[in-house]
Amino acid sequence: MAANSSALTTHVAALGESRAHGQRGISNPILGMILFIVSEVMFFAGLFAAYFNVRLNATQWPPFVNEATFKPFQIHHEIVLPAILTTILVLSSVTMQLGVSAIRRGDRTGFLRNTGITLVLGLTFLVGQVYDYTQLGFGITDTAFGSTFYTLTGFHGAHVLGGAIMLSVVLYRGMAGQFSAKHHDAVEATSIYWHFVDVVWIALFSTLYLL
Amino acid sequence: MATTALRPAATYRTGLYEWLTTTDHKKIGILYTFNSLILFLVGGIFALAVRTELAQPGLQFMTEATYNQMFTMHASVMIFWVVIPFLAGFGNYLVPLMIGAPDMAFPRINALSFWLLPLSAVIALMGFPLGGAAAEGWTSYSPLAQAKFSTGPGTDLWIVALTLVGTSSILGAINFLVTIFKMRAPGMTLFRMPVFVWTTMVTSVLVLMGTPVLTSALIMLYIDRNLGGSFFNTALAGGNAILWENVFWFYSHPAVYIMILPAMGIVSEVIPTFSRKPLFGYKAFVFATAGIGALGFSVWAHHMFTTGSVYLPFFSLMTFLIAVPTGVKMFNWVATLFRGKIRFTTAMLFAVGFLSLFLIGGINGAFLAAVPVDYQVHATYFIVAHIHYVLFGGSIMGIFAGLYYWWPKMFGRKLNEGLGKIHFVGIFIGMNLTFFPMHLLGISGMPRRIADYSATAGWNDLNLLATIGGFTIAAAMLPFLWNIFVTLRGGEPAGDDPWEGNTLEWATSSPPPPYNFDHLPPIRSERPVFDQRHANDAPALTAGH
Repeated sequence: MAANSSALTTHVAALGESRAHGQRGISNPILGMILFIVSEVMFFAGLFAAYFNVRLNATQWPPFVNEATFKPFQIHHEIVLPAILTTILVLSSVTMQLGVSAIRRGDRTGFLRNTGITLVLGLTFLVGQVYDYTQLGFGITDTAFGSTFYTLTGFHGAHVLGGAIMLSVVLYRGMAGQFSAKHHDAVEATSIYWHFVDVVWIALFSTLYLL
Repeated sequence: MATTALRPAATYRTGLYEWLTTTDHKKIGILYTFNSLILFLVGGIFALAVRTELAQPGLQFMTEATYNQMFTMHASVMIFWVVIPFLAGFGNYLVPLMIGAPDMAFPRINALSFWLLPLSAVIALMGFPLGGAAAEGWTSYSPLAQAKFSTGPGTDLWIVALTLVGTSSILGAINFLVTIFKMRAPGMTLFRMPVFVWTTMVTSVLVLMGTPVLTSALIMLYIDRNLGGSFFNTALAGGNAILWENVFWFYSHPAVYIMILPAMGIVSEVIPTFSRKPLFGYKAFVFATAGIGALGFSVWAHHMFTTGSVYLPFFSLMTFLIAVPTGVKMFNWVATLFRGKIRFTTAMLFAVGFLSLFLIGGINGAFLAAVPVDYQVHATYFIVAHIHYVLFGGSIMGIFAGLYYWWPKMFGRKLNEGLGKIHFVGIFIGMNLTFFPMHLLGISGMPRRIADYSATAGWNDLNLLATIGGFTIAAAMLPFLWNIFVTLRGGEPAGDDPWEGNTLEWATSSPPPPYNFDHLPPIRSERPVFDQRHANDAPALTAGH
């Protein structure tokens, strides 16, 4: 038994040491989230590849919505609402970061307020995008352009929805008092994801409406 | 034995509930292994169906529609539910042990990664009772894969199943990378990690960067088939079938490295142990692995030489370049064997079998990198020969080597060596009988994916030979399955370190306790267990050294 108990002591000591070893640098959940975002970048890269492939092979741009009547897509004329939505999403990234800074200082009220505003802005973006869909006048079946347009923006919208769910969980846990200046990995991970979703939208907006 | 566990043996709860809910990386690794083994038998039955039909000219046993489902599901099952998860299972079992960690970084995500596999396999195979599984080949090229030509639910089920497998792989890759970067024991620097951990790490990077692109391709195909999209559907304005080939192969070529790199890692653990030498050129091996990973993303279009829409010199050159790091590894292994005190255990036989068969697979791959040769043999049985020398001669031989090598660690009992050697001889002979004639069939022009061929084409004898080989492989699996059965009931107890291994998994009990280690040996090289075993062999250093 003596040998066993000394082994146990060594074990606990070794575990303590290895835990200390692991705590240096970036935390496991945040590294996991960053790697997950790498995979998400590659997912969108596949969809963007399809878009640029369509664009490269098109005889004219923006393409005709209807080959018979030569009615072109009105993408460039419909930029106002998407521009407003872009502003909303960029603002939500700012409020997200304000929330993260607040919880880093231990300011729970500021954290909850800013996370709440971020969630509302995100949901506003989603509502605006659905409204935009109803106004565009073309669908996913209207040539390869329609397919790429709705697949890109649709999957981005799904990611905003995913981010909104994560924000809701963070908000709920925050209201339950689970986060502090020291323990808020979930908040940091959610914020990284939210910024990523924002960056994807900026890339989408620039590609679809400006380029 | 300096490192006995706190308890005399690990007390695995054997209840079904425990296995269904476990988050222990070792149990999840074992679940991966058995799931892959079962699906290996399923995929093998599909292969036997193909070989039976091809034994003679004419259609004897099945319709062409059934035949198409057989070869499609053979490839899909073997790639996505056998080789990739088998190797991920080894990674699950071994990586935390080899780096001295108590578990993976995210144990519950690890369980999710596993359970997506049987679920997705069932979804893909459900095509059979629901009116026909996917039948357009595992590459699923458009326009054949479009709804107009591939009717029925099989293809859609296949798309959903592959998306789930992809999710499983991506979550697994994230888990491996965080575990390797963050959970190494004190002293376990990157360049002291076992080579298998390195190969798993590079594989995980490939999965992380490649698999999401396949997911995007599958989603686009799904939209084409079900929502009237026109990504790949050439019948609609703007649809481009070549786009599918680009996004598909952007994943599926790196997937070849996903399927071979961990097998190389296994072989690089087995050969040094049974040669009683360190791996020759550890760092060269690591850099070669990273090199294969990096080059792997710039060769996908060599599957598309004959489409006329890729830049041939670039992709041909990059494909030839891959042979350089692969050749470095070949020299690593051969130089490790050179003047070693070799023990021909079953694991070692499979590892040496890997060397010889993978060499053939590498050389006929270099043939295919040459554009004029590829034009000649594209979509013939030469391609089938090549991929089987790489995936069967390479990956599967590596997997068997790993099973015989780590089985004692997993279950505390050795697999029977006599039955193992019968297994090896049968597999080695059967494998060459099956796949070597395919080179000749391909050169003489037999296309792949045909159910029937002309009796006067001169392909009869070679096809019959290949079919005999296929059944030899199937027969050779019987002693293996019997071996598993009798060993689990009462094989020779293995002890902690039956092979005199080098890496940390041999420093704990067999099977290891749930927390893996109660005490770690000091880690001062890539062979900590070797160092510990021979700690007192070296003459004491005098002061000043």
